[in-house]
Amino acid sequence: MYHYDEHDKQLVQQRANQFRDQVKRRLSGELPEEEFLPLRLRNGVYMQRYAYMLRIAIPYGLLAAKQVRMLAHIARDYDKGFGHFTTRQNIQFNWPELENVPDILDKLASVEMHAIQTSGNCIRNTTTDPLAGVAKDELEDPRPYCEIIRQWSTLHPEFDWLPRKFKIAISGAQSDRAAVYFHDIGLRLVQNEQGKTGFQVLVGGGLGRTPVIGKEIKAFLEKRHLLSYLEAILRIYNMQGRRDNAYKARIKILVNALGVDEFRRQVDEEWQQIKDNGLELYDENIERIKGFFQPPAYEDLSDGDDRLTEKLNGNPLFATWYKHNTSDHKQAGYRVAYVSLKAPTTPAGDATDSQLDAIADLADRYSFGEVQATHNQNLVLKDIKQTELYELWQALSKLKLATPNIGTLTDMIVCPGGTFCDLANANSIDIGQQINDKFDELDYIYDLGDVSIKISGCMNACGHHHIADIGILGVEKSGKEWYQITLGGSPGLDAAIGKRLGRSVEKERVAAVVGDIIDIYKEQRHGDESFLEVYHRLGIDIFKERVYADN
Amino acid sequence: MQIIKDQQIIDNEWRHSEEIGELPSGKVSVSIEHWQAQREALIARGHIGLRLTATDSLDTIKNDLKHFELIAIEFDKFNDGRGFTLARLLHERHGYAGEIRAVGTFLRDQLYYMERCGFNAFELPEGQDLQEALNAFSEFSVTAQPDVHHTEAQAGPWR
Repeated sequence: MYHYDEHDKQLVQQRANQFRDQVKRRLSGELPEEEFLPLRLRNGVYMQRYAYMLRIAIPYGLLAAKQVRMLAHIARDYDKGFGHFTTRQNIQFNWPELENVPDILDKLASVEMHAIQTSGNCIRNTTTDPLAGVAKDELEDPRPYCEIIRQWSTLHPEFDWLPRKFKIAISGAQSDRAAVYFHDIGLRLVQNEQGKTGFQVLVGGGLGRTPVIGKEIKAFLEKRHLLSYLEAILRIYNMQGRRDNAYKARIKILVNALGVDEFRRQVDEEWQQIKDNGLELYDENIERIKGFFQPPAYEDLSDGDDRLTEKLNGNPLFATWYKHNTSDHKQAGYRVAYVSLKAPTTPAGDATDSQLDAIADLADRYSFGEVQATHNQNLVLKDIKQTELYELWQALSKLKLATPNIGTLTDMIVCPGGTFCDLANANSIDIGQQINDKFDELDYIYDLGDVSIKISGCMNACGHHHIADIGILGVEKSGKEWYQITLGGSPGLDAAIGKRLGRSVEKERVAAVVGDIIDIYKEQRHGDESFLEVYHRLGIDIFKERVYADN
Repeated sequence: MQIIKDQQIIDNEWRHSEEIGELPSGKVSVSIEHWQAQREALIARGHIGLRLTATDSLDTIKNDLKHFELIAIEFDKFNDGRGFTLARLLHERHGYAGEIRAVGTFLRDQLYYMERCGFNAFELPEGQDLQEALNAFSEFSVTAQPDVHHTEAQAGPWR
C-alpha cells in the first residue's frame, strides 16, 4: 500500500497543527462557532445529536494493521470503545471531546492517517472496489489512481468551498462494486480499441433527495489527462453549481439543468486550456505510485488443497462461512475473506476496540498486514491462503466477526440514524435490529440468495436506500417515525433507482412488510432468479397488493 | 484602515466607488458596469481598480486588464468559492500581474488557500487581528498540487 514520503508527512502534520490552533482559538472564544464550523467539518468534526463526532479518512478503504491498532486505541481512549465504518469506507467515532481532537489527529498522523476533507463542501474520500487488486475480473488495479486523486484533492486551493460536497469513485473491474453511477464523478478503467487502458468518465450521479444515475461525459480519457479533466469538471461546477439552495447544489442538478451535452462542451472547452499545464500524469508518475500497490509475496500454491476440502467436509459451520464470507481470488491457492460487521445484535458497521486490535493481528498473521473497508460496512482480509481459512474462521468466530451473512438479507447497510445523527428523521438501527430479529434463521436467508436491504434515517440517503433491492427510508410524520419502502434499486452497471412501493408504514410493521415482500419473491421465483429479476418480471403491483392488503 | 498585502501589514490606499458618476480623488475601484459605462474617461483618469463579484464573468473585461492597478474580488459569504476560481483565472489564464485583493466576508483561515489561487492582498473584515492573521501564510510549507506559486515539479508527492 501507499506509504507517506516526507512531503505527505509534513502536509498531514502541518494540517493537524493548524487544526490545533483553530481549536485553541475556538475554545478561547476568538473564533466564533459560525466560522469554526466549516473549519472543523474539513477536519472531520461534526456536531451530532449528543456530542461531536470525528470521521477519519480511510483513503479508498485501505488500512495497514498498525493503522487499525491506532483506530482501536482511539476507540478505547477517546470514545466509548467502538468505531463505526461508513459507506464511504471511512470510520467515525461518536464520542470524542473537541479538546482531544488535536491529539487524536497527531496520533493519526503518526500512522499516516488524517481526517482531512471527510466533511464539508469539498472533495471527499475517493472510494473504490473493496476487491481492488485481487478481483478476478479486474482490468487494472484502481488504487494507484485513487491515491493520485487523494494527493491532488488534499487541500486543493481552488476547490475547498464548492457549492456542495463532492464524491469520486473508481472501479477497475468488469463488474462494478464501487457504485460508480451514483457518484459526482464515477471513473471506470476501460480499454479502447487500440487496447490502451484509460477512464470512462461518468458525471452527475448521486443519491440524497434527488437520486440520479450518472451520465457518461467521456467514453475514453487517457490516463495522463486524468487530473486536468477532473480539474476542468470541478472548475465548471465551482463556478456554475447552484449556491442558493443546498438541496439543489450538487453537480447532478447542474448537469441536468445544462443537459449533459452542454455540460460536456463546457468541460471540454475548459479542459483544452489546462490539459498541458502542469497536471499531466506522466508514465513515470503513474509507475511510481503503482509500485506501492504491487501484489504481495504470494506463495506458489494451487486451488483445491486437500486440507481445505477435508475441513469443509468435516465442519458444516465452517463450510457455510466459506460459502458466504469468502470469495474468489485471482491468485491460485488464495481466497478473499470477509469480516462481517453485521452480527445480528450489533449495529451494522460497528467494531469494538478489542475487535479492531484482533483484526489487526489477524491481518498480520494471515493477510500481509492489510485490511480493507467496504462500502457495505464490512471489512475484508484480501489475501488468505486457502489452507489457513479454517484457522481464520475459528479466530473470527470467537470475535463474533464470522456471521455468515455476506451478501444476504441481513448484510444490511444501516446509517447511524436517529440514534446519533442530528439530521435523521427516524431511527435506522432499530429497524436493522427488527429485521435481524425477524429473519433469524440462516437457512431461510440462504434460500433467498443475495438480497440487499439498505436503511437511511432521512432523505440524505447515507444508507443508500435508493440502490437496494429493498430500500427503507425513515420519515417523520406528526412526531412519529414512519418508513417508506422502495423496491428494485441497483448500485451496479445495471444502475437503477428504487421505486416507491406506496405510503409509508409504521415503525412496528417494517420487518413484517419486508416479510411480505420476501414471501412474494419466494412464491414467484423461478429457479435461481434474483430478487431484481423477479421484480422486473412481475412489476411492483403484486408487492403493493400484498403489503397494503390489510388496510 | 490597514490591510495585508504581500504578507505585510500596510495602509489601504484604495477606495471603492459604489455609484457610477463622480469619483473621489486617489485610487478608486469601480464595478464592471461602471467601467463599461465610463471606460474612456476612466482610462484617461488613471489609478483605477476593478471590483468583481462572484457572478461576474471575466470574458467581458479580459482585454481591459492592463488598465487596472488592482482587481478586488468581493466575497458575499465566506463559503462562496467562486472568487478562488476568478483569482486563479485572472492570474494564470489572463496573466494579470497587478494586485488581486480579497474584500468582503472571508476568514483568516482561508488566506493560505486564497494566496495559492493568486490573491496577494486581503482586506479582512473589521476587528481582525492582522498580525495574528499573518500566521496563516506559514502554516504549510508543502503543497499537494500545483498552484500559482508552485510549478508541477514542486507539487504533490505524486511527482
